[in-house]
Amino acid sequence: MTVPAQKPARKLSMKQRYTALTHDLDWTPTYVKEEEVFPFTTFEGIKVHDWSKWDDPFRLTVEAYNKYQAEKDRRLYAVLDGFAQSQGQLGLTEARYMNAMKIFLQGIPVHEYNAHRNFSYLARYANGPGARFAALCQSLDELRHAQTEIHTLSHYNKYFDGMHDWHKWTDRVWYLSVPKSFFEDAQTAGPFEWLIAIGFSFEYLLTNLLFVPFMSGAAFNGDLPTMTFGFSAQSDESRHMTLGLEAIKFMLEQDEDNLPIVQDWLDKWFWRGYRLISLVAGMMDYMLPKRVMSWKEAFELYFEEQMLNGLFKDLEYYGIRPPRHVDWAIGEKEILSHQVYWILYQYSHAAAFTTTIPNAEDQEWLEKAYPETWPIYKQVVWDKAQRVMDAGGRYFNPGLPQLCTVCQIPMGFTEPGDPLTQCQRQTVYEGERYDFCSDGCQWIFEREPTKYRQSWLPVHQIFQGNCGGPTLPDVAAWYGLQPGDGAEYLGSPDHQAWLEWHGQTTKEA
Amino acid sequence: MSVAAESRPVGVDIQENEENRALVEAIEADNDDLTIRHMPGMIRLTKNGQLVINQASVEARLGRPWETHEFQLAIITYFGEFVEWDDDQIIIAWKH
Repeated sequence: MTVPAQKPARKLSMKQRYTALTHDLDWTPTYVKEEEVFPFTTFEGIKVHDWSKWDDPFRLTVEAYNKYQAEKDRRLYAVLDGFAQSQGQLGLTEARYMNAMKIFLQGIPVHEYNAHRNFSYLARYANGPGARFAALCQSLDELRHAQTEIHTLSHYNKYFDGMHDWHKWTDRVWYLSVPKSFFEDAQTAGPFEWLIAIGFSFEYLLTNLLFVPFMSGAAFNGDLPTMTFGFSAQSDESRHMTLGLEAIKFMLEQDEDNLPIVQDWLDKWFWRGYRLISLVAGMMDYMLPKRVMSWKEAFELYFEEQMLNGLFKDLEYYGIRPPRHVDWAIGEKEILSHQVYWILYQYSHAAAFTTTIPNAEDQEWLEKAYPETWPIYKQVVWDKAQRVMDAGGRYFNPGLPQLCTVCQIPMGFTEPGDPLTQCQRQTVYEGERYDFCSDGCQWIFEREPTKYRQSWLPVHQIFQGNCGGPTLPDVAAWYGLQPGDGAEYLGSPDHQAWLEWHGQTTKEA
Repeated sequence: MSVAAESRPVGVDIQENEENRALVEAIEADNDDLTIRHMPGMIRLTKNGQLVINQASVEARLGRPWETHEFQLAIITYFGEFVEWDDDQIIIAWKH
């Protein structure tokens, strides 16, 4: 018997598959009201008329998502294995490079996990299937990022200090309250504000500044695992950027009453995010022994060129203007990293990373990258720090710094156009005085004083007796710091070990 | 002041490795006036107006079938918007 040749069934196109396997799986509840199923999407005042308009340009389905994420993980773990097996830590540019990674590991994975939780919540509580499915993918991505970051850096924990108690430090140590307060601020907002905070402002506007030059910097400093997890995570970020852009455009297209609410959130979250990644500015310009580009150049490339001249021209169509206080950020690009690293330098005796004075080679690079501003900071800050070192000491600030109530960074930023006058703003609210590093942080406080008056400010907490005791050793013990985790890099256990490894390598060769 | 979408740059950063060589070559072939910048581990492609990735061009250089979904394995970041992502083509451009 012959079977007549049958034309195989035509495969669905990518668009049809996406529609069939996401939107078409949705149903309208009949025996409960919509607001009972989705109770959290109205209180913020965002008006939505048609949730089916929310689309995912990546057209992902569960099958496609799993297939490509599995491949990403396979590639990453092959690199991690090879690096560990070949003792890759010996091939880093220098042990001090690890300080940038320590701050990253201490400050980020827990919040990747928090982002996973919040996107899970959106994957359940967003009204439309397009938004729910995109949020589900991002939720799984964020969990993957937390895991891959921890796996990647766990190899280094065998060889370097400052990596053993990152989880505890995230909740306790002063500089790590900066990312913690940022993410918890977003998590305690409503779902639409979360999408503008994390999906749009952080992922689309600013995350390039965190990941791209930094991971390219890892590639340049022999840090293969970080480069690989960074780029692997970043490939997911492209999807997250798309979700963020989809979110803001969806809100703006659904109802014009949404515009002022969205603009207000954008103004807030741009400045919150920008202050958070100022830590990256210090890391990029001062902590990488070999640098790909300066903070200033990255800011011009990834923020001014792409966002201000590209994205915001697009959003103009909807009536969106560039974020409030953006000119302040542009004005700081020449000085930001100098100020941040000086803060880190003078308080690193109470931190889980080490710092050191930029060496001759670093100074030459800084001079070239910042011909206008580096000489000022060299003279007023680093030459003095060097004199202290030359006399056998090391400058640490013996006092506790005042923190900005909103960004929680110690007050070390300056007045616009005046790199040597500290900027300080104050607001009195219900008889209590609150201090801020900038107009941006003050504006954010005054919008929601009842939220920010609850800030857990590490220095206030020490003075209130909630951090192990009144002295530095008490607080360091409560933080869980061990000798070698912080203070000066030169002569530290990491530095000594590095010299020993390479001394041995040379002898054996 | 509004600058028309056709004259504003869009771009994509791609991991620079052997796996992605054919993809980068296909993008170069299909997009005139592409600006290319190499950085450690990555390559940055920018262009005014729109940037196109054609499945057929990638497959011709790769010598095997290539789904446009695979672009996810290569991309680090982008700017612009995915105005089209289908079986045969991906287009990045600004909408307004």
